[in-house]
Amino acid sequence: MSRVTRLLGYLALVVASVAVLLPFYWMVVSSLKTNNEVFTVPVKWWPESPQWHNYLDIWTRSDMTRWLGNTVLLSVVVTLLQVLTGSFAAYGFAKVRFPGRDLLFLAYIGTLAVPWQSYMIPQFVLLSKMHLSDTRWSIIAIQAFGALGVFLMKQFYESIPDELLDAARIDGMSEYGIYRRIMLPLSTPALASLALITLVNTWNDFLGPLLYLRSSDLWTIQLGLRTFISQYSAEYALIMTGSVLSVLPIVVIFLLGQRYFVEGVATTGLKG
Amino acid sequence: MTTTPAGRRTRNTLLGWSFLLPNLLGFALLTMVPVALLFYYAFTTWDIFGGAEWTGLDNARQLMHDAGFWAAVQNTLYYTVFHIPLTLVVSLGLALLLNKRLRAVAFFRTVAFFPYIASIVAVAQVWNMLFSPGYGPINAVLRAVGVDHPPGWTTSADWSMPAVILVGTWREMGYFMLIFLAGLQTVPGELYEAARVDGANAWQRLWAVTLPCLRPTTFFVVVMLTVNSFKILDLILVMTNGGPGQSTLVLAQYIYRKGFEENQFGYASAVSVVLFLLCFLVTVVQFVVNRRREA
Repeated sequence: MSRVTRLLGYLALVVASVAVLLPFYWMVVSSLKTNNEVFTVPVKWWPESPQWHNYLDIWTRSDMTRWLGNTVLLSVVVTLLQVLTGSFAAYGFAKVRFPGRDLLFLAYIGTLAVPWQSYMIPQFVLLSKMHLSDTRWSIIAIQAFGALGVFLMKQFYESIPDELLDAARIDGMSEYGIYRRIMLPLSTPALASLALITLVNTWNDFLGPLLYLRSSDLWTIQLGLRTFISQYSAEYALIMTGSVLSVLPIVVIFLLGQRYFVEGVATTGLKG
Repeated sequence: MTTTPAGRRTRNTLLGWSFLLPNLLGFALLTMVPVALLFYYAFTTWDIFGGAEWTGLDNARQLMHDAGFWAAVQNTLYYTVFHIPLTLVVSLGLALLLNKRLRAVAFFRTVAFFPYIASIVAVAQVWNMLFSPGYGPINAVLRAVGVDHPPGWTTSADWSMPAVILVGTWREMGYFMLIFLAGLQTVPGELYEAARVDGANAWQRLWAVTLPCLRPTTFFVVVMLTVNSFKILDLILVMTNGGPGQSTLVLAQYIYRKGFEENQFGYASAVSVVLFLLCFLVTVVQFVVNRRREA
């Protein structure tokens, strides 16, 4: 690579990084400003004196603790259910032969292309009739049984050679034993990918809670933050503080598990 | 354990279903049944009082003359037509850039994903502030470089959609960049060598080797982008709520309005069927094209 192209390459990288990161920078910096300081002419790229107390005030000015608690609870339950039932079903699809299997899998795959927005109405009617709307169960139900988990795990299980399973079968291990003792340990990376993607999706889900969770004591962080924004629309700094707090846990989790996250996206992306 | 073929078959069938069942029960009840119900509800008139009443094609007829519906279709297409090429070019460009041996590539690959994993409520709020017409940083910068009357962005009927498109692209480019990067790993290195031996410059190598080899990935990305554009909802709800006026009202939001704000479940289902069919059409095209390529 010539020196000029290299230089141009770096230039492009810098521009792209700024474009990606600037909103986040603005969010963090504004969260440390006073309200008057957020919008100024000329733009202040650094707070006069950082208002760290914003990060204490937000907990008393809003129901942040409850919102975060609800979100953590839902994210954990949904992720566990998705990983367990998804990998369990994927084993059936990948390693057990029975009539109707492939047709059923096609139905799973088919719905991956159907946007949730197009069946959210009948789904809502159904869950309301089951008296599940405005309960945590509604969010758990709509998030935990997606086709994505089955698809991602099946993809991985198919890469594990059948000979390994046959050896275990000859040793007298049951299919459930094989799933638990052989497949699960072998598929830790794929399980991690699925868990991370599900966790992030559930944490960030705005539409599900918007439709289903009417009672304020059930609200998740997304719903709570949104209400906070409309109620305290002039509290620019605190709004940004809340935004930082809603994004921060996910960024940390992403940074810790980045490898698995990226692998998961590449798998589902390329094969979908 | 039975050893006859028929016995093994029964055993396997039971086994297979036992593995599927926990997920399948939830999946069937929450996805398959609603999708099936959709096509029944779409032909009914139904408000919160009383049940669904079969009215045949009334909803479809009403749709044809519903100005709000057509505005939503038009806006959805507006978003789609700009969002797809913009995101495609940006994410492919970034992927090509990251595929070079430059320092700090790993850093950028990480960072580019932040918009995609950051919650939409926070992201939309930040962008709304950045786009703020009077005192927002974007217009401040525009004024500084000599634009005397910078756009009103989300407060202007003409500029709200461009603002939403920009944020949509900003949010999704990292995701598709990653998919392009994965695709680039499948381009055989020998082809580049051969092209170089033939004296092809970087530009020619891009057009003659990289892009043709990437075609399946590009196709997949376009399909994904199309469906993503058709179903866009959360970004719109939190950024502009469809406004000002109807300038950013999209199809999925129209469903939301009719269904959850006006409680017209039947009519909302009819609009949903349109969204469903649009996405279904895209998938069928994808299926046919893939089939032809494999043949």
